[in-house]
Amino acid sequence: MSTNDQKSLDAIDSSRRKFLKNSGIAAGGIAVGGALGSLLGINGNGEPAAPASTTPTSNPTENHNQALMYFTPEQFAITDAATERIFPEDDNGPGAKELLIAYYIDHQLAGGWGTGATEYTSGPFFPGEPTQGYQGRLNRQQIFTIGLKGIQDYSQKTYQKNFPQLTAEEQDAVLTEFADGNVTLSGPTSSHFFSELRAATLEGAYADPLYGGNAGMAGWEMKNFPGHQMSYLNIIEEEFTEIKPQALNSQHNH
Amino acid sequence: MATKLPKTDAVIIGVGWAGGIIASELTKEGLKVVGIERGNDRKTEDYFMMHDELRYAQRHGMMQDLSKETVTFRNNEGMRALPMRRYGSFLLGDGVGGAGVHWNGQNFRFLPYDFELRSQTIEKYGEDKIPEDMTIQDWGITYDEIEPYYDQYEKMAGISGEDNPLGGHRSNPFPTPPMKKTVNMKLFEEAAKKLGLNPYVQPSANLSEDYTNPDGISRVACQYCGFCERFGCEYGAKADPIVTVLPVAKETGNFELRPHSYVTRILHDGNGKATGVLYTDLNTGEEFEQPADIVVLTSYVFNNVRLLLLSELGKVYNPADGTGSIGKNYAYQIRKGKATGFFDDKKFNMFAGAGGLGILVDDYNGDNFDHTDLDFIHGGMIIHQQTGQRPIANNPVPSGTPSWGQEFKDASIKYTNSTLTVSGEGASMAFKDHYLDLDPTYKDSFGDPLIRLTYDFKEQDRKLAKYLAQRCEEILVEMGADHVDTMQELEPYDVAVYQSTHNTGGVIMGADPETSAVNSYLQMWDVENLFVVGASAFPQNAGYNPTGTVGALSYRAAEGIVEYLKNGGGLVQGKKEKQSV
Repeated sequence: MSTNDQKSLDAIDSSRRKFLKNSGIAAGGIAVGGALGSLLGINGNGEPAAPASTTPTSNPTENHNQALMYFTPEQFAITDAATERIFPEDDNGPGAKELLIAYYIDHQLAGGWGTGATEYTSGPFFPGEPTQGYQGRLNRQQIFTIGLKGIQDYSQKTYQKNFPQLTAEEQDAVLTEFADGNVTLSGPTSSHFFSELRAATLEGAYADPLYGGNAGMAGWEMKNFPGHQMSYLNIIEEEFTEIKPQALNSQHNH
Repeated sequence: MATKLPKTDAVIIGVGWAGGIIASELTKEGLKVVGIERGNDRKTEDYFMMHDELRYAQRHGMMQDLSKETVTFRNNEGMRALPMRRYGSFLLGDGVGGAGVHWNGQNFRFLPYDFELRSQTIEKYGEDKIPEDMTIQDWGITYDEIEPYYDQYEKMAGISGEDNPLGGHRSNPFPTPPMKKTVNMKLFEEAAKKLGLNPYVQPSANLSEDYTNPDGISRVACQYCGFCERFGCEYGAKADPIVTVLPVAKETGNFELRPHSYVTRILHDGNGKATGVLYTDLNTGEEFEQPADIVVLTSYVFNNVRLLLLSELGKVYNPADGTGSIGKNYAYQIRKGKATGFFDDKKFNMFAGAGGLGILVDDYNGDNFDHTDLDFIHGGMIIHQQTGQRPIANNPVPSGTPSWGQEFKDASIKYTNSTLTVSGEGASMAFKDHYLDLDPTYKDSFGDPLIRLTYDFKEQDRKLAKYLAQRCEEILVEMGADHVDTMQELEPYDVAVYQSTHNTGGVIMGADPETSAVNSYLQMWDVENLFVVGASAFPQNAGYNPTGTVGALSYRAAEGIVEYLKNGGGLVQGKKEKQSV
């Protein structure tokens, strides 16, 4: 995995990481107090990710967008792992991790989409019929917080491990339970949470890179989507034509 | 206490297509017009960053803020109506130009049959063909009578197209030639011809070549960039009010636009005359009264009805006995009868396109086919479109494919440019228990009741959708698709799933004041100086997109307003019509 987010994870204090790995804290899921208790995200290799730290990193990532606005490190790690199963790396090209989809979701949750700024949020609230759309009282920040904790709790209960440490097959099994609505959460249904997570994953794969996902336009390249182009007049009557994608930043580059 | 402003000749509530057309026509006649618009003003130059699927298509950047105001919905009177908290089935425009900015530019004339739907259906098939609870009506205007207004509207907008072999007559050819034909459009054309159908290129407001309209407004040709639906056009190629009628109105010096101003009531004297409007400046919270000789209500369907109900104008529709008219005959569009074809070895330029780029047949629309042995009336167009497939929204996979994971990713990428859809756009009939009224529970940001929508698909719609879906499948098979997924059964109407922004009715036109709210000039029967313009006037919806007909009706209403200001009085003598309601 020679990806940007891997680089960022590599940038953390390696001695601390080694200590955590050797101590078995992450693998065992033991809760400890103090600074270490700020719990640890796990990266895709089952290694601990960055703990909360006030020490500035000596090797900051090149992409200043790769930082968190909303998620805790644990929430980020779960999202990073889950979205990779929804949109995995394969022969077509990169998956969610390499596309930086978890960063995209984090950034979206921090804004109006996360708080439901343009949605009708006045009560009274009733469950409603399936034809009446979302009728919950929770916004997406709350739904993701509850849903991601639900994934972690379910993984611990079933496999005695945190979700990011599970094998791909185990992760798929957990997500299938959520997608099928078989897990009870306090508030949203697990299927609703999963559908939000799935939708956000596809957005992170294919939205303009200005939002932090679709890193390097690699999502568009896989799909042969040319992104922002001023004209297709020359190909509209032609056979299928591959066009190198271009993002909206090109509008500021002339 | 509201500040009372100087009187104007006409005040327009909502500056979209209808408001823009009326503003331009009235100001050209020398009348002073004030246009009140709740959203912002905008210009083509603002669309510099328009090719952003997330911002505009997913996050509805051009739409009404639902936190301030939405609609409530229930499938039937037995259900509790609940607010549409997020966008789904339809998208409500906001700002100058209204839904006329974010539309696709699919621009049709209705069929002659549509305007005399009830009488022609009875004449040919007998009274029994119309189910008891189906409240379809004639429009009070014939195709021949509305034709000159279609012509006027199409010249203003520069509509591109070629003759519909099964449509009504045209007094003039299309102002501009049809849009370009893509490889897949040609596939459809050949298949349809082999099946003995009559394909023609879709009439479009996207502009096939540079064009100068009769008002002297010049626009450049469409670039097929694929960002029409839910977006504004950065070229001004797609006809919208901002690049057509509003500059004309402004040029006269007789038009004053007041954006971010929200009309809360139409004021009236209690003796059948509107006196003006009450509105709030959304930036300052100040309240104003704008007196006017003429009030023109040109907001979207929902607020046309809601503002009349809140202002206690007209007779409220009563679904129990069918009396009254405000809120009556809400109809929609039956869009789900369709088929999707997956091609294993062919790719098409589906990322490119234009909102009004497509090819269709009308062989199964209106009464262009015999309904004697069918258990539904009317039909719909069958169309193959190339509007530009955006990557977030467009992840087509054959039925049976998982919705996430490696298999999903692989299939959605494989088929993203190898999937062609042929879809029915079914007409939507009116029913006694489909209507709009004020919600008893939920309020907008001013504390006024939201509009409540009661609507579901009926047996008519299920039969129609299935019939159209099967015809779509036949065409796709002929086009050579390797796998075709066809809609099997129409599920109940779901407000959370996008279908179309083709909401109609609620302030319907007709010849009889007992069964309609406005006459054929869109003048209210009960209030002669109040004109209610838009798709709210459709007694039911046809098997086409509504905007072309909204445009034609707007020109007719403008003519009526000028006539009324000269001579006063009702523009049409109401007549009693036999209607079984």
